Amino acid sequence: MKRRHMLMGAALGLSTAIAGVPALAQDGTFKIGLILPMTGPFASTGRQIEAAARLYMAQHGDEAGGQKIELILKDDAGVADTTKRLAQELIVRDKVGALAGFGLTPLAMATAPLSTRGQTPTVVMAAATSSITEQSPFIVRTSYTTPQVTSKIAEWAASEGMTKVVTVVSDYGPGIDAEKTFVSTFGNAGGEVTDTLRVPLQNPDFSPFLQKVADAQPDAIFVFVPSGVGAQFMKQYVERGLDKSGIKLLADGGITDDDILNGMGDPALAAITGFHYSAAHDSAKNDEFVQAFQEATNGMRPNFMAVGGYDGMHLIYAALEETGGEGGEAMMDAMKGMSWESPRGPVSIDPETRDIVQNVYLRRVERQDDQLWNIEFQTFEAVKDPGKTGS
Amino acid sequence: MMTDTSLSPLLASPRPNERVSRDLLRRGRWKPAEFVFWLIVAASFFFLPDRHLLLSEIAILGLFALSLDLIIGYAGVVSLGHGAFFGLGAYVAGLTSIHLTGEPLTGLVLAALAAGLLGLATGPLLLLRASDLTRLMVTLGVAMLVLEGANQAAWLTGGADGLTGVMIDPLLGRFEFDLFGTTGYAYCLIVTFAFFLIARRVVTSPYGLSLRAIRDNPLRARSMGIPVGRRILGLYAFSALIAGAAGALLTQTTMFVSLDVLAFHRSADVLLILVLGGVGYLYGGLLGAIGFKLLQDWFSAITPQYWMFWMGLVLLVVVLIGRENLNALPRTLLARFRKEGRT
Repeated sequence: MKRRHMLMGAALGLSTAIAGVPALAQDGTFKIGLILPMTGPFASTGRQIEAAARLYMAQHGDEAGGQKIELILKDDAGVADTTKRLAQELIVRDKVGALAGFGLTPLAMATAPLSTRGQTPTVVMAAATSSITEQSPFIVRTSYTTPQVTSKIAEWAASEGMTKVVTVVSDYGPGIDAEKTFVSTFGNAGGEVTDTLRVPLQNPDFSPFLQKVADAQPDAIFVFVPSGVGAQFMKQYVERGLDKSGIKLLADGGITDDDILNGMGDPALAAITGFHYSAAHDSAKNDEFVQAFQEATNGMRPNFMAVGGYDGMHLIYAALEETGGEGGEAMMDAMKGMSWESPRGPVSIDPETRDIVQNVYLRRVERQDDQLWNIEFQTFEAVKDPGKTGS
Repeated sequence: MMTDTSLSPLLASPRPNERVSRDLLRRGRWKPAEFVFWLIVAASFFFLPDRHLLLSEIAILGLFALSLDLIIGYAGVVSLGHGAFFGLGAYVAGLTSIHLTGEPLTGLVLAALAAGLLGLATGPLLLLRASDLTRLMVTLGVAMLVLEGANQAAWLTGGADGLTGVMIDPLLGRFEFDLFGTTGYAYCLIVTFAFFLIARRVVTSPYGLSLRAIRDNPLRARSMGIPVGRRILGLYAFSALIAGAAGALLTQTTMFVSLDVLAFHRSADVLLILVLGGVGYLYGGLLGAIGFKLLQDWFSAITPQYWMFWMGLVLLVVVLIGRENLNALPRTLLARFRKEGRT
């Protein structure tokens, strides 16, 4: 008798386990599928964003718009088909209300058709290629775009009276994006890009390129390389004495990434960078954010990835508050045009392109309290992504 | 006729020719365990409806590992660059859907043929210096060339951003590739099974027997009159063709291609899977893929940050306990239990 009961119980359990999983998604729970590279070469991106997302939830509670928020973290190791499969499983099996994360451009591109089919709001927290938000009407971005920052660096260079610039970029999508933006913006402002150098992405040796720069004697060089490679570039730049040759070094802020800036040491002092976030940004909101982040992570300094994750969570929370979770389309409508005070300064979501509108800052690396920081010295307010506004 | 020979003691040892064909027949016969394996696989389609996406990935990886097993397990050619064929197949399938037709079977055939041709073209490089180390280098080199080629040809492949706009028409004009991955899984399963049947037929044929002779002793095989070079080349191209088909399946079920289909980790992973599952009996790749992917899925769900550590630990334990592979694990355990039962 007893045995039969057990068998029946087992059969019942099995059948619900097989058939009933989707039905277990209860009302009143809003799941967010956070897909990040937690392992592999881009693991630092995942670490920063995850810590920031959890910090946001710790600070603001796990309820918004009457719904209980549940965060489901998945690791895609930076491989696009894994990202896509995880996103699909999150939509189909876990019935997530929103997707978030996406460390690299191809990862976001692979997921875009799913966002449309599942009508799932998708918050891009890191990937920076301009065209991502055009891939689906359900994609919104809280990081930045390469042209957004690069165009302002070019404008600033021209306004400082520089006329001859050489660009050095890593030979991959975002690098080429940056090169094109710089050449066209700087050209429109009356300057001239005398040479465009592209360095291989894998194991780059910068010395032959730096020699070319030294020979050309431009007013400045503009550099775009992935943040890890940045440290190596800065070192070789200083070793060749280019920092004392009067050639200024302009770069996208990824090169002096807050996460690794301290480890770069004095060579970093040579850089003038443009970016949308510095951990040293002077505001009460940012001070509080940096302090809480470091307390939660054993002293890790938040970088631009972290702030992208933090604001992404805010966007989802705020949209939920407004709609009470009335489906993906309503949430997207709520997100469009939303504006708030982020640790990086005032930001808003462009209702046309669903891309972020934010300040772009020019910064110098300075040593304060025995640590290196990106100190902002000039602000361009409310910059839209020029990749889409056509300017 | 069999009863005849068994009745007459004089005819008990038949001529070598007959012995060989009987041996081949015996090897070619389906064993009960094989039926059970494929029945379970078929059952997974009906009983795990919400895991079809993961299962498709396993089927694709299994097919890819099967293709590698053909050249490692049956021709003794080690390769660290099999991802080149996989990636080429993936890109050809993607480009076919964008520029030619979204019909999945056409894309599959074209992708397989393209990869097979690349195998035929690069195969002779393996014969120049027939040592394992140089073969590793050559295959790795070819894979790197293909990767860099795809990166440079951004106008065609989309470069680092990946190839977007891949749209696949319904299978046979009827079954749409749905969000749950059900059509995708059925498609992957059928294609994998079909290629498995072909591969099984090939290795149990006299041709396959000559390949095993080459693997075990190339010098002796040559002196027996087996055209070693041509055999290896043929099998290499066939293996490349299957890898290309696996790549095409990946593209068609995910509707996206990016450079990481050509990345080194694909070639390395598939080698690992094959070693895990066991080389030289065709099921190694399939079993390895199932074990590897399920473990990975399980660990990475529990701990997204540190799953690689646990994965490495389990692989070590499996190899140490199972001596060489998953297949041997139950046998070894069983033997150990029996031994303990006796003492």
